[in-house]
Amino acid sequence: MRTWIESKASLFVLGIFAFLFLIPHMFTLSSYILHILIMIFYFSYLSSCWNLLGGIAGQHSMGHSAFVGLGAYTSTFLLLKVGLNPWIGMLLGGVVAALAGLFIGYLSFNYRLRGLYFLLITIAFAEILHILFSNIRSLGGASGLVVPLKEEGLINFQFSSKVPYYYIILAMLSFIILFSYLISRRRLGYYLVAIRENEEAARAVGIWVINYKLLATTISAFLSAFGGTFYAQYTYFIDPSTALGIGLSVEILIYPIVGGVGTVLGPFIGASVLYPLAELSRIILGAKTTGAHLMVYGAILIVIMMFAPRGVLGLFDDIFLMRGGRYR
Amino acid sequence: MIFSFDLLFQAIIYGLIVGSIYALISSGLTFILGVLKIINLAHGEFLMLAMYFAYYLFTGFKLDPFLSIFLVTPLLFFFGAFIFYLFIKPILKSPVINQVLLTIGISIFLQNLALYLFTPDFRTLDLSYSQKTISMGKLPIGVPQFIAFIVSISITLSFYWFLKSTDLGRSIRAAAQNREAAILFGINVDRIYLISFSIGAACLGVAGPLLATFHYVTPTVGLNFLMTAFVVVILGGMGNFLGAFFGGLIIGLTESIGAIFIPGPGSLSPIVTFIFLIVILLYKPEGLFGRRLR
Repeated sequence: MRTWIESKASLFVLGIFAFLFLIPHMFTLSSYILHILIMIFYFSYLSSCWNLLGGIAGQHSMGHSAFVGLGAYTSTFLLLKVGLNPWIGMLLGGVVAALAGLFIGYLSFNYRLRGLYFLLITIAFAEILHILFSNIRSLGGASGLVVPLKEEGLINFQFSSKVPYYYIILAMLSFIILFSYLISRRRLGYYLVAIRENEEAARAVGIWVINYKLLATTISAFLSAFGGTFYAQYTYFIDPSTALGIGLSVEILIYPIVGGVGTVLGPFIGASVLYPLAELSRIILGAKTTGAHLMVYGAILIVIMMFAPRGVLGLFDDIFLMRGGRYR
Repeated sequence: MIFSFDLLFQAIIYGLIVGSIYALISSGLTFILGVLKIINLAHGEFLMLAMYFAYYLFTGFKLDPFLSIFLVTPLLFFFGAFIFYLFIKPILKSPVINQVLLTIGISIFLQNLALYLFTPDFRTLDLSYSQKTISMGKLPIGVPQFIAFIVSISITLSFYWFLKSTDLGRSIRAAAQNREAAILFGINVDRIYLISFSIGAACLGVAGPLLATFHYVTPTVGLNFLMTAFVVVILGGMGNFLGAFFGGLIIGLTESIGAIFIPGPGSLSPIVTFIFLIVILLYKPEGLFGRRLR
């Protein structure tokens, strides 16, 4: 699904990313602004990972927190117990998450679960992990794990300033966007889109549906786990409800759909629009009253789903190309 | 582990009571899912609102929760109709994931509206008969729980009768089974959708006050019940009313009996429900009582 912006704007996007890499050089940003940008990139990254499976292959998972949490817990646990370097832990976390993805995918796809049924089974798996991790004492139980402080530097993945984290997550985001772009222009991408649009037809023309769905799940899980390790190293703390809870799964799923599901840039645009809006309403309303800013968040979601069902990118399409707003 | 038959019997009684409430809540969900094919993730928040209505009717007007059912149920019915007209009707033909996100939006909004209006405090009703029990054999059963059990069983069963034996009930079932065929037979499907969504919400108007007599109220109370209700709905088969009834009882029993056998502080016991869900999804996705859909 190419949207208007994407078909016109690969140079433009390249420019934006170049600019994003230069920002900390050109301006001195307050640590708060840096934090917002890091969180936008972080969620864009996770949502882009989700988008490989949920958007391009059309298998909507609502349990992606499981993969993020497995990544975060694997690297943090190994760092705590055996002092393993977090970068290696990140890779191992990816492997653990990929295996979990393979397992969940194998079960679901072999039993031909899709649509709502797939959504529910991914929730169930993530919730089981959430409950298990909250009860295993050596994993910190419900109170979570604290990342031990090491010597600052790239090797230990720990920095006192936020700027290095900014570069790391921006690099990760650039990678996943490039990766999505390449996939969507290659055989694998076309196969996945074919499966999304009509599984029976895809099977009929000789696509090995189950294997390609499994491949998408595994890649998506593997890359999501990296986000988990990043988050753990960035905040120095993980607990079951933030790293594995259903809230994270929902947030990961919201941004691609708000931006434009199945598009390369959708997750990034969704997060860039929605996260700052939510943050803004928190600043304006949050101090005075509890709950008010999340009411605004819910209202924004409702409005977008009603008036821009194909997300922000789809909205641009409709405005610039004067097409009917039909979802394809 | 201390195990006795008294304990098991107690668990069965408690499981049936909680299960009957699950059955009622899930009936509403399965109604909406079965007829409109909409996954209403705001169902838990509807329940939460119904519980708050009952709570404030009691603290404000000294209205007994069992009586306030007669007020809260129509209230929830019209609230359901309002939500349907404003939000659900325009997106009936949207992709599933958009509908999911829209109801998540409604859920987030309502939950935080409650947080804003009612504060996050846990509230419990202080009824004169809260602590009263009747004894069944050797076992004491709380009076509110017992009445809740009777009411929710009879409501759920009378809904079943309504669907089976009235004209409106038949039209609803027709619209759920085959939309196009129902239109051809002269059924106003849009009206059926409206009524079904509202009835789905009205179920919570009964369940909310019942639940409020022995369960705390807080803005996030809906989430747990929503997850359980989904398991019940899948177990019974989507859109299967009788399935939801038995599914509710089964899940209630599974939870309370599972809690005896799972060691630890009890925070592990919801895991049984989710394992149940996975097994059902894999081996019998059409539900225990359903015909094969695919």
